[in-house]
Amino acid sequence: MKDRRQFLKEAATGAVLMSSGGRLGMAAMLGETAQAGKSKVVIARDPSLHGTAAQPDEQKVQNLLDRAITAYTGRAKPMEAWKSIVPMDKVIGLKVNGLGSKGIATHPALTMAVAERLQQAGVKPGNILIFDQNAQFLAACGMTINTDPTRVRCIPSDVAGWEDEESSFGVARIRITKIVTRECAMVINLPILKDHRMAGVTFAMKNMYGVVDKPFTLHANNCNPGVADLNAIPVIRNKIRITIGDAISSVYDGGPGFRPERLWYPNALIVGEDRVALDTIAWEMLERKRADEGLRTFEADGRPPRYIATAADATHQLGTNDPQRIHRVEI
Amino acid sequence: MTALALAVLAASAGCRKAKVDAFPASGSVAGWEKTSDTRTFAAKDLWQYIDGDAEQYIQAGVVSTSTSDYKYQGQLEAIVDVYTMGDANGARKIFETDQGKDAKTVALGDAGIAYAQSVTFRKGPNLVRIVAYEHTPATQQALVALAHGVEEKL
Repeated sequence: MKDRRQFLKEAATGAVLMSSGGRLGMAAMLGETAQAGKSKVVIARDPSLHGTAAQPDEQKVQNLLDRAITAYTGRAKPMEAWKSIVPMDKVIGLKVNGLGSKGIATHPALTMAVAERLQQAGVKPGNILIFDQNAQFLAACGMTINTDPTRVRCIPSDVAGWEDEESSFGVARIRITKIVTRECAMVINLPILKDHRMAGVTFAMKNMYGVVDKPFTLHANNCNPGVADLNAIPVIRNKIRITIGDAISSVYDGGPGFRPERLWYPNALIVGEDRVALDTIAWEMLERKRADEGLRTFEADGRPPRYIATAADATHQLGTNDPQRIHRVEI
Repeated sequence: MTALALAVLAASAGCRKAKVDAFPASGSVAGWEKTSDTRTFAAKDLWQYIDGDAEQYIQAGVVSTSTSDYKYQGQLEAIVDVYTMGDANGARKIFETDQGKDAKTVALGDAGIAYAQSVTFRKGPNLVRIVAYEHTPATQQALVALAHGVEEKL
C-alpha cells in the first residue's frame, strides 16, 4: 500500500491518474476508432458559426462541440463521449487562453459549452475549474472569478499560487501553478489558434505558458526548446490529457496580440490528445492562410515553429509531427 | 548669485517632463467613455500584459506601457495602449512593423495609420495603438476621433 507521501508525489505528477486505466484509458478507448499506431485529430467545422457579431452563436458552438467530441471518441452520444473522457469524481481543469485580449481569446461560448457538458455527464460544478495565468486573461475570456465550490470555479493561476519548488526539464526551470499540481486530476486544454511573433505558432503546447510563473524565461530561440521542455515536465505531460482547440477565430499574423486587420474565421474546433500532432496541424493551417494572404512562410519570416519537431524527438517523445502518423478526420 | 542659482534650479525643474496622462477622460472626446482605470507596466513587467509581444517593445527601448478600456456610445468597446519608448526611433521602429499593405494613412502625430478596427500613430517617443473589438460602419471614424484626443494629451 502506498504511503501518503508517495501518493501525493504521484498525484503531483499525474501518475495516479495515468495508472487509473479503464475509465481514463483514452488511448485504449480510441483504439476502436483511430487508425492503428496513428494519433487521431478531429477538425470539426461549421462555416455558419461566426456571423457578423463579435461572438459566435452559442448553440452552434455547442452543436459543433458535440459533433467534434463524438467523432473523436467514436461514441454515438455526447454524454457517452464525455463519460469516457473524464473522471466524474475529480477536479477537471479547463485551461483557457486570454493573453491576446478579448478580441482573440478562447471563446466563452466554447468554455461554457465544455463546462455544461461536463456537468451533464455527472461532474459536480465545483469540480470544474477554469483557469489562466491571471485575472486579466480570464476576463478577456469572458470569465468572472469565482471560488464558490457549489458552482463552476474560475481562478487565476497567480491567485492560486505557484509551487515553492521549481520544476525543470531542459531549459525550463519554472514554478507551476498549484491548480495543476494539486487541484486538478486532469486538464482539458482550450487554446486558441494564433500566429506568434516569436514561436511562429501558438496552440496546444504553447498554451502551457499560462500555467507557470515566468513564461518569458522560455522565449529564447523562438521558444525552442522552451515549449517542448515545458510540456515534458511530468505533471504537464501527464495531466494535460485532451485538447479542444479553439479555431473559431484566429490571428494569422502579428500575434499573439489582437490584430483585427489580421483576424480570420476558420470556424473550427480541433480535438486530439497528441499535442504535437495538434500543433503540426495548427502550423499547416496558419501557413496555408498566410500563403493565401501573400505573406511569407514562417521559415522565411525567421520564426519557424521548430519546437514542434523538438517535442517529437527522442528526448521529449510528446507525440508525432509526422503527417503519415496523424489520423486526420475532417467533419 | 543666489538669486541666479535659484532661477536656474527653478527653470530646470520646470523643464523636467511631468508624467503625461495620455488618456482622455469620459466625454472629452464625443461619444467616448473611459471604462477602466489606467494600468501601467514598467518594461520589466510588460510580459504580464502582452507576454509574447513584449520582447519586440523591449528591444525597441520601451520604458513603460499604459493601457485603458473605452466604450463608444455605450456599445463599441476599444482599448488604448500607449507605449513610451526611450526615444522617437524606438516608436518609429515598432510603427513600421505595423504597416500592412492595406493600411490607410491618417494625419496623426508624426505618422499614423488606420485599419477598419484599429488606429496606430507615433508622436515623439510615444507609440499609440487603439483597437476596437467590433467592426461597425462608424468604428474607424470613432477610433480616429479618440486618437486625436490622445494625441492632444501627449
